[in-house]
Amino acid sequence: MTVSILKQRDYLIASVQSDLTDTEVIELRDALLSEVAKHRARGVIVDVGALDVIDSFVSRSLSTVARTNQLRGAKTVVVGIQPDVAVAMSQFGLRLDAVETALDLEAGLQLLDG
Amino acid sequence: MSEKVSSPATSADHGPNDDAALLRELVAHLRKNRSALREEWSRRITDAALLSVMTPDEIFSEVTAVYDNYVDALETGSVEALEAYAKNLSERIIPRGVETHEVLGVVLLLRDVLARSLFEKYQRDTELLNRILDAYEPAANRIAVTVGVSFVQERERVIRQQQLAIRELSTPVLKVRDQLLILPIIGALDTGRARQLTEQLLHGIRENRAKVVVIDITGVPSIDIAVANHLVQAVRASGLMGARVIITGLSAGIAQTLVNLGVDLSMMQSVGDLQGGIEEAERQLSYAVTRTPEAPRDREA
Repeated sequence: MTVSILKQRDYLIASVQSDLTDTEVIELRDALLSEVAKHRARGVIVDVGALDVIDSFVSRSLSTVARTNQLRGAKTVVVGIQPDVAVAMSQFGLRLDAVETALDLEAGLQLLDG
Repeated sequence: MSEKVSSPATSADHGPNDDAALLRELVAHLRKNRSALREEWSRRITDAALLSVMTPDEIFSEVTAVYDNYVDALETGSVEALEAYAKNLSERIIPRGVETHEVLGVVLLLRDVLARSLFEKYQRDTELLNRILDAYEPAANRIAVTVGVSFVQERERVIRQQQLAIRELSTPVLKVRDQLLILPIIGALDTGRARQLTEQLLHGIRENRAKVVVIDITGVPSIDIAVANHLVQAVRASGLMGARVIITGLSAGIAQTLVNLGVDLSMMQSVGDLQGGIEEAERQLSYAVTRTPEAPRDREA
């Protein structure tokens, strides 16, 4: 597992440190889902600032996490998308359904607090 | 290029030495009649109403320089000096609005004037006239092409430079309040500019930690499908970076175009004018702008 998930107040923070393989993406998705249940978290922040590429599989996995968490009353915020990555994602029509986005960790926490 | 100034069709009849001799004779003739031919040329330029933005004196001094360069180029077969002169001349006359057709017209006129003087001189000896023209024509054509190309290249360089300048100036990203940016777009949008705009917008969002961006397109005359899609992409990308976008100043024409093109605008918030857009953004960011009670009194005093 290359992504550590930290608990901070009622929130879980997953900080992705390097590009992920598909297997790692699945691991992250499953870990987030089980940790939310375990800690009864109200919000999840995924920091993808270190990613140079966000492909359709990553987008879909993040959307799945968000939709599942929604059913359990937790919000999902993706933070730190790089400008180039944002342009590429919108060009390829990748959407993050049910996911909120914020500039960085700080803005993400504010969003959950607000 | 070290192309020899001779015509392949006739080189079988006489050796290259003959060609060189003919060319020498030709150049000598042009040198001898320099002032008459030069005047004839400059008269025909004026008659044809070419270079109308230049005064007759200016035309005459340029004509002299071009004539001498022209004869030199005929003599040596090397167009480099002429090319450099043509570039330099273009640099001076392009800002004054001289058109491509004028430059080409002027060079072709010189070609005509010189050819006519050759006809006159050799009219009794058709065979010699033909050989002289064989030597003259390729060289003259090459010179005309060189001057034309230099002019167009210089013009294109100026255009590129200006495009770059416009591009740098044209898309400022301005911070009006904490977390609020405005992006006024003036002038026609093409795909390149739209892409650059997206880039500047996203970097502006990150640098200023903006939450709301107002894009004002009052100054955009029209939009096509490619540009509309670019705008939509810019708005989506901003959303991914956690900033909402409000579009203002959509003219009736542009709004109609967008609807007719079927552009998906569901994720775009749009407000009539820039003022309305800023007010809406302030509301979203919980800013309250109020006028202090003293303000009206100040104005009366």
